[in-house]
Amino acid sequence: MSTISTTHDSVHDHDHAHDQPHGWRRWLFATNHKDIGTMYLIFSFVSLLAGGVMALGIRLELFQPGLQYFRPEFFNQLTTMHGLVMVFGAIMPAFVGFANWMIPLQIGAADMAFARMNNLSFWILPVAALLLFGSFLVPGGAPAGGWTLYAPLSLQMGPGMDMAIFAIHLLGASSIMGSINIIVTVLNMRAPGMTMMKMPMFCWTWLITAYLLIAVMPVLAGVITMVLTDRHFGTTFFSAVGGGDPVMFQHIFWFFGHPEVYIMILPAFGIISEIVPAFSRKTLFGYSSMVYATSSIAILSFIVWAHHMFTTGMPVTGQLFFMYATMLIAVPTGVKIFNWVATMWRGSMTFETPMLWAIGFIFVFTMGGFTGLILAMAPIDIGLQDTYYVVAHFHYVLVAGSLFAMFAGFYFWCPKWTGRMANEFRGKIHFWGSLIFFNLTFFPMHFLGLAGMPRRYADYPTQFADFNMIASISALGFGVMQVYFLLFVVLPAYRGQGVKASDCPWDGAKGLEWTIPSPAPFHTFETPPQVDFDAPMHPSNTPAHAH
Amino acid sequence: MNLFAKALKVWFYLGALVAIAVTPVVQAANGDMPGGPKVNQLDFPAPATKIMAEIHWLNWFMIVICAIIFVGVFGVMFYSILKHRKSKGAKAASFHESTTVEIIWTVIPLIIVIAMALPATKTVVAMKDTTNSDITIKTTGYQWKWGYDYIKGEGEGISFVSTLSTPRAQVNNLEPKSLTYLMEVDNEMVVPVNKKIRIITTANDVIHAWAVPAFGVKQDAIPGFVRDTWFKAEKIGTFRGQCSELCGAQHAFMPIVVKVVSAEDYSKWVDAKKKEMAGNADDPTKTYTMEEQKERGAKVYAANCAACHQANGAGAGAFPALVGSKVVLGPKEGQYQILLNGKNAMPKWSGVLSDGELAAVMTYTRNTWGNKSGDVIQTQDFITARTASK
Repeated sequence: MSTISTTHDSVHDHDHAHDQPHGWRRWLFATNHKDIGTMYLIFSFVSLLAGGVMALGIRLELFQPGLQYFRPEFFNQLTTMHGLVMVFGAIMPAFVGFANWMIPLQIGAADMAFARMNNLSFWILPVAALLLFGSFLVPGGAPAGGWTLYAPLSLQMGPGMDMAIFAIHLLGASSIMGSINIIVTVLNMRAPGMTMMKMPMFCWTWLITAYLLIAVMPVLAGVITMVLTDRHFGTTFFSAVGGGDPVMFQHIFWFFGHPEVYIMILPAFGIISEIVPAFSRKTLFGYSSMVYATSSIAILSFIVWAHHMFTTGMPVTGQLFFMYATMLIAVPTGVKIFNWVATMWRGSMTFETPMLWAIGFIFVFTMGGFTGLILAMAPIDIGLQDTYYVVAHFHYVLVAGSLFAMFAGFYFWCPKWTGRMANEFRGKIHFWGSLIFFNLTFFPMHFLGLAGMPRRYADYPTQFADFNMIASISALGFGVMQVYFLLFVVLPAYRGQGVKASDCPWDGAKGLEWTIPSPAPFHTFETPPQVDFDAPMHPSNTPAHAH
Repeated sequence: MNLFAKALKVWFYLGALVAIAVTPVVQAANGDMPGGPKVNQLDFPAPATKIMAEIHWLNWFMIVICAIIFVGVFGVMFYSILKHRKSKGAKAASFHESTTVEIIWTVIPLIIVIAMALPATKTVVAMKDTTNSDITIKTTGYQWKWGYDYIKGEGEGISFVSTLSTPRAQVNNLEPKSLTYLMEVDNEMVVPVNKKIRIITTANDVIHAWAVPAFGVKQDAIPGFVRDTWFKAEKIGTFRGQCSELCGAQHAFMPIVVKVVSAEDYSKWVDAKKKEMAGNADDPTKTYTMEEQKERGAKVYAANCAACHQANGAGAGAFPALVGSKVVLGPKEGQYQILLNGKNAMPKWSGVLSDGELAAVMTYTRNTWGNKSGDVIQTQDFITARTASK
């Protein structure tokens, strides 16, 4: 039987007044991974609410046929900014926040490898956000070409487009720096004895995600710079008149864009892989397969990009290749789902809030996965491309996927962050309310898409009115649930209300993060923990591992 | 719950109620759109081509397979949730890997996916074969209308622009909406039934997409490039679609309407259309009166300019007012140029509106809403302005 031998230094209860900054300096000059993680999470939640307000604006206009509230050009600004803010402001920074908080704790490292670069990675974000939101205020308003910024439409926009381009450059730089940090930390700073195949799945999924980010963010930077030079410096990359090609924008953008959506889901898979075993009180089934499946998904994600372009006029061979490659990704994704279910099988389950969110994720993400497989069939995609069916698909995988996984992660790790258990009853209200309103909002959109309603439309034929009205009312309900979450779950926990949390409040949870007090002290694992990772499973000891 | 939170909740619900209450509710027509979507339609539209029938079949094939897998996997999961609970005394097993099982549930899905891809391949190949068509029509996407040019086969030489014909009053909730709201045009594309029609798409400015769901057709219209697709309608009737690639402010307002008619009716239409085109051709030597130009100009304005500059010429937001405008009341040269070449968000109308239409609408703007320039512009003025700007 092994025990953790922790030296006194690895768990600090007292802070040294001279080495823990206070006040605004603590945050502006933060180099502590916990503080930086907290800032990322706050930033992303604010972005979620801002993007949510834009979504409610969209749904308000679409509440009834006809134009009631916004001119169509402003409506297009709302749809564009909703997408940009949610992708780059909410989902991506939130996962980086989770990475910052949890990776060092899970591998037994004192902090991230490059603590000061970590600070820069974060503080670039508010500057980028100011630039992005500021675009609403300039002549012509915010960019209005969809978050995908297709040329030549993006060449027609006013200075708001240039501001968005610079903001995206900054956001990309932040992501690249964060990824470098994560890769170096994971590869070099694991506790002794924690081989790669013994580290937590969350670390694995983030390691793979970080490689994806480094590979594709520069591609996005390249294509938006080409848009910038086409707009202002006389180049004609995307203009046939000068020998350019508008479709080339789409190729380059989606070469980034498709791995991007996997960047937004792989960390979610990692969080689910931590929670399901904990609440099943059973080791994750098929650890190595999970690693191989995640890697396959990442590699395959580079060769499927043109499934976003089935209507651009590709030759037959192109249509077929991208259709086959896209359908292939369903296989490793399915393997992951089966492994989670096999983890639950013959476990000893309890259904506290984190587990509810994880099960909800598996259920609803799979629905999104199926509509993705259907869209992968090129003939079907010809009918559904640019319709609400696509909107339904990606909201199922991004909201019911990524966002639900984040909520699961919050409820799971909240005790470690705040020292308090999140209120169970209110957590359940948050879960059921979000699940029901989410499905009511987005399920009807499948019908709208099949019936032919195109996306990015400010107005629509009267026959689509009922489903749009249902979606709009439910969207409001979904939004209200998130404000409820903030006011009645998050804030109370941070304010010290609720049940005090022990080191390991979840009795099936394993991992080094559960060996330190709750809330986690400012400095942890200042000396690497001595753990025997080869010993059989022991509560609050080793992470799941492969022999 | 503290007072602040209580107040916030009250404001939320109040706000939602107010929003719903003040939304103008003008009774909309309630019924299926002829040739378009049914009320609360749940599936693809009824197919009018073999290709669309194949797409329908493929979709059902996929849904059934996915449903079976869904029920299988989640049946197992929910069974587990019910039976393997700690509260029921379940003890956690210790197994945590099995290479055999992993291989099985990798290979079987792979086989399923290959089985799905086979029928799809057949349809992809068929959809891409545009050879041996009977009639070829070029569709050009403009911001924000479609131009149709019949370039090969019976009807060759016919050329017209197809613009949304829904009155702005319906869009602005001043009149009840018709059954074909937003999916009706002034000039429909007409094709004969049971003939292979090749559609060549291109665009004048940004990417648009030409789509008719009942045909299973959607093809991006890319500026400076030419793409093609095809359909062979097997039913007589009217079929509707909408632009399917974000193309700017009026993206939702440039629909597609295709009328499929019998072979004889098609020949009759070809004759009539050619006569109409000859009649419409603007005679550059003809001089019109102020009243004639204003009458024609009013129609052109309503169909093309009112969306941005408003019916009363007052403009809105980024779109300038024409009432008292320096361009409209200033030297004619300035207004010729802006109409012919566009400026920023304003599209160029050269090639979209004829010189006669441009002369009429320019006269209209200069002599309406309190603008009293007294200028009457003639077709010849635009022909001259166009050559002068070269």
